[in-house]
Amino acid sequence: MAYWFENEHRLPGSRLAFVSYLIVGVTLLFLLGFWKLQVVESDYYSELAERNRIRTIPLIAARGRMLDREGRVLVDNYPSFSVLLLRDDETEVERSLPEVSAGLGIPLEELQAQVEAARKMPRFQPIVLKPEASPADIAFIEAHRADLPALELIMVHRRRYPRDGFLAHVAGYVGEVSDLEIERSNGRYRPGNIIGKSGLERQYNSVLMGTDGLRRVIVNSLGREVGRLDQKEAIPGKPIQLTIDYDLQVVAEAALAGQKGAVVALDPRTGEVLAMASHPAPDSNIFAVRVPREQWRELNEDLDRPLLNRAIQAQLAPGSVFKIVMAVAMLESKAIPEDFTVFCSGIADFYGRPFRCHVYKKGGHGVVGLHRGIVQSCDIFFYNVGKRLGIHRIAYYSTALGLGQKTGIDLPGEEAGLVPSSEWKRRVLKQKWYPGETISVAIGQGATMTTPLQLAHTIGGIAMGGVFKQPHLLLNRGNVAETRFPLSEATTAKLTQAMFGVVNEGGTAASVRLEGIEFCGKTGTAQLISAEGMKKVAGKAAKRLTDNAWFVGYAPRTRPEIVVAALVEHGEHGSTAAAPVARDIIKAYYEKKSARSKQQFTVQYKFHELPADAPTVERRSVPASQGAPVELLAGRRNRP
Amino acid sequence: MKERSWIRDFDWWLLGLALAIAALGILEIYSATHNGNLAGLHWKQLSWVGVGVLCLLALAFVNYHSILDQAPVLYLLGLASLVAVLFFGHTRFGSKSWLVIGGVNLQVSEFMKLAIIVALARFFGEVRTDRLLLPDLVRVAVLTGVPVGLVLLQPDFGTAMMMIPAALMGVYLTGLQWKHALALVLLAVVLLPVGWSLLKPYQKERIFTFLRPDEHPQSAGYQTLQSKIAVGSGGFWGKGFGKGSQNQLGFVPVRWSDFIFAALAEEMGFSGVLLTLLLYMALLLRLVQHAQRAGDRAGMFIVMGVTAILGFHILINVAMVIGYMPVTGIPLPLMSYGGSATLFVFMALGLVMSVRMRRFVN
Repeated sequence: MAYWFENEHRLPGSRLAFVSYLIVGVTLLFLLGFWKLQVVESDYYSELAERNRIRTIPLIAARGRMLDREGRVLVDNYPSFSVLLLRDDETEVERSLPEVSAGLGIPLEELQAQVEAARKMPRFQPIVLKPEASPADIAFIEAHRADLPALELIMVHRRRYPRDGFLAHVAGYVGEVSDLEIERSNGRYRPGNIIGKSGLERQYNSVLMGTDGLRRVIVNSLGREVGRLDQKEAIPGKPIQLTIDYDLQVVAEAALAGQKGAVVALDPRTGEVLAMASHPAPDSNIFAVRVPREQWRELNEDLDRPLLNRAIQAQLAPGSVFKIVMAVAMLESKAIPEDFTVFCSGIADFYGRPFRCHVYKKGGHGVVGLHRGIVQSCDIFFYNVGKRLGIHRIAYYSTALGLGQKTGIDLPGEEAGLVPSSEWKRRVLKQKWYPGETISVAIGQGATMTTPLQLAHTIGGIAMGGVFKQPHLLLNRGNVAETRFPLSEATTAKLTQAMFGVVNEGGTAASVRLEGIEFCGKTGTAQLISAEGMKKVAGKAAKRLTDNAWFVGYAPRTRPEIVVAALVEHGEHGSTAAAPVARDIIKAYYEKKSARSKQQFTVQYKFHELPADAPTVERRSVPASQGAPVELLAGRRNRP
Repeated sequence: MKERSWIRDFDWWLLGLALAIAALGILEIYSATHNGNLAGLHWKQLSWVGVGVLCLLALAFVNYHSILDQAPVLYLLGLASLVAVLFFGHTRFGSKSWLVIGGVNLQVSEFMKLAIIVALARFFGEVRTDRLLLPDLVRVAVLTGVPVGLVLLQPDFGTAMMMIPAALMGVYLTGLQWKHALALVLLAVVLLPVGWSLLKPYQKERIFTFLRPDEHPQSAGYQTLQSKIAVGSGGFWGKGFGKGSQNQLGFVPVRWSDFIFAALAEEMGFSGVLLTLLLYMALLLRLVQHAQRAGDRAGMFIVMGVTAILGFHILINVAMVIGYMPVTGIPLPLMSYGGSATLFVFMALGLVMSVRMRRFVN
C-alpha cells in the first residue's frame, strides 16, 4: 500500500475553494428562484392551485311548466343527461380533446372550435358537448372518469311537448342560446343555456327560465370528487297558466287535422284565447334537443311553411267576413241610409268594369238590403256600399275595429295585416288610388289583409258592441287592455241579427246550424287569383291558388262568450271548409259548459297529468312519431 | 484508534446534517403518502435510513485505503452487475435497472456510482502532476464511459448522467488543460446530434417541452407546471404540514420521490425551502472542507467524488422542481424515497467519514 503515500503532491488549494464558492453561489441562485416563485409570484400560483383542486359543476334549473286554464299540464320536463366539458383546467381540456373526440364521435376540429369560442367565457362555465347523452356516451364517460376528468355528465331537464304538433305554435319551443342572443342579453345568458326560441317559450322566457345553480367540489388529480366546498341551488323557473282550454284545443287540432290553416277561439268578454291552432305544425319535441341541420332546413323550406303560426302570422284577404266591417262603417257613418237596397242581378258595372256576385252563375239575389246582404253575402250590395262610402271611410272603420294593426297578443311575431287606403298606396306603392280598387276592398279582396286572430278579435268586439279586449294567453294577467269603439245599440243589434241569420236563417252557413245554440257567424271565401288567371295555371300550382276559406263564428248572439275564427287555406268555400271547424269548437264549448253545470267536468280534470301519449289527435298527413328523440338526434349536434 | 479519538474524530456534524435532511424527507414522505395506497412508505424509508446509518458506521471504520486497494474488483463487480441487470433485471418505471437480492429490489446503478468514485479516486490519486495529460484524460473517459453506456442501455438517461460528475470533478481538480477542455466541448457538440438520435421519443419530448413549454402543455410540461404550482402556491410560510392541496390531491407527480422538494416547498413554504437548502449547502461545504483536510490525494478525490455526485443530484433535482431543467428521474439525495439511493448516500458519506477519521494518520 505504500505507493499511496509517496511523492504526495498537493494540488493548488484554490481549486477546492472554487468548488465551495460554486456551492454557495448555486444555493443562493436557487433561493432567488424560490423567492421569485413563492413570494413574488405566489398569488398567481395560488390561483392555479385553487383551479386545480376546485371544479365547478353547474346545477341546471328546471323550466317552468305550462298549464292549461284548468291546471292540466301542457308542457312538461323530463330528466336527461348532458355531456359537459369542464374548463376549470385548460391544459387538461387540451389534452383530452382527441380522446373525447374519438369516444363521443365528435370531429376534433369541431371540438377545438368550441373550446376556442369558449375562451372568453368565465372558466367555470362548461361547454355543452352533447345536450342529450346516449347510453353509449354515458358508458364512455363513466369508464373514463379518471383519465378524462374534464368530461362530466349532468342531469338536465329536457322539455316535453305534446306530441304531433299539438299546441306547437302557441307553446313554441326552446333551443340553445345563440351567440347573438348572448350578446344582446346583457350577461343574462351564457353559452349552453336553453332559452325560449318561439311562441310562449320565448314570450315568457324570463318567467319560465330558472336560474342555474352551481356546486363547487374538491377533486383530486384523477378528477375524483373528494369533498364539497359549497353549493348554490338552482332556482327553478315558474310555471305559467294559460287561457287555453285543453278540451277545446283538442277539438281545434282535430278539426284542422290534415288541412292547412288556423283556428283561434277567444272569449270576447275577456280576450282570453281558449284555443289556437295552426296546421301543419312541427313536433316541438324535435327542438328540445339540437335540431339536425337537414331537418331544420326541411322545416324552413317546406312550401307548406309548418313553422308559420298562421293564427297570427298568415296575412290573407278576409273575403266576405270583411262585409261585417263594411256594415259597421255603413251604419255608424250614416253616410248611407240603413234601409238602403240594391238589385243584384249577379253582375254589375263599376267604373267601366264588370264585378260579379258569387251567385253569378245561378242568377242574382234580386233586391237586397243590409240584412240579406250579410245573410246571403251579396257582393253587389257591398260593392255599392263601398262605392258610396269611399276608401277613406272604409279604412277609417277598419282601423277603428282593429284591423291593420297588431292585436298585441302575448306571442312573438304577430303580423299587423293591412288596411289599404289611398294614403297607404301613395306612401308605399307611390301610386294613385283607383276607385275600382275600393269596389274590391268592399268585399274583403284587393290589398286587404288580416290574420285569423284579428278577425276573431274584430268580429268578437263588434258583437260585444264595440269593446275589443286584447287577446292574451296568460291566465289572470290582471288588467286586460281594451280598445273601445262604442257602436250604437241599433248597429250591434242589426249586425248580430244578420250574423245569426247567416247560420240560422238559411244563410251561407246554414249547414253548420247547431240546435239549441245561438251560433252566429260570417263566411268568407277569398280569391287568390282571378277566375281568368285560374284557367291559365293547372295541376299542382292550381291547388296552391284555389280560394281560401274563412269563417268567423260566435255564440251566443248577444254578449258572446266565445268567438272562433277559422281559416282553411285553399278550402274553396268558407261555408264548407271553415265553418265546420268553428262549429266543432263552439259545440264542444257548449257541451263542456252544460256538463260543467252538471258538476262533472272540472273536478275530474283538475291537476290531471296528461298521459304520455296525449293528446290523441289523429293526423293523416304525419305518422305519429314512435321513436324516442334520443336516437334521432344524438348522433350529430349541428345547430341551425 | 482509541475509543476517545474515535468519538472525537467522527464527524457528528456531518451525520447530524444528513439525518436532519433525511428527517425532513421522511416527514414529507409521510405527508405525501399517508392518504393513499402508499401509506406507510415513511416507515420503509425510516428503516432504509437506519440501514444507511449502519452502512455509514461500518464504512467509517474501514480504512479507505483497503477499499482503494479493492477498487478494480469493485469496479469490475459493478460492471458485471450492470450487465447482469440487462439480462436478469426487471423493469420498473420504464428502465431495466432493478435486481432482486434477498427479496429486496436494488438499483445496481446506485452502487456502481460508489465503485466509480473509488476507482476514479484511485486513478486520480496516482496522477502526480497538477496538469492532466491527454492519455490520462482518455483513461478517465473510458473508466466512466463504460458504466455510463451500460446504464444508458437500461435505458436510464438520468442515472447515467449522474455517473459523470465524479469524473468531471476529478478532471477539474487534477488540472484540465484549456485545449482539452475546448476539445471536449467540440466533441460534445459533434456527438450531440448522434446522442439526440439515440434518445427515446419521450425523452425528446421532455426536452422539447422544456425548451418551449407553451407549445407542449401536456405530459412532461404538465408535471413541471404542477410542480411549479405546488412551489409557488406554498408562499412564504407554506400551507402547513399535510395541507398542501397540490401534494395531498396528487397533482404533484411522484411527490414522495423525485418531486418531494415540490411537496416540501408547498407545505413548508419558502421558510422550509430556505432551511433545507441551507442544510444541503452546509453538508456540501462540510464535504469540501473534509477534502481540503484529507490525509492524502486519493482520500481527497474520494470526498470530492462524493461531493460532485451528491451536489449534481441536488442541482438537477431542485432545478427540475422549479422548472429550470427538463424532467429527469433524478432523486433528491437523503429526501426522496428509495432504498438504493438512500443506501448509496449513506455509504458515500461513510467513505467520506473513513477519509476524515484518518486525516492525521500520515
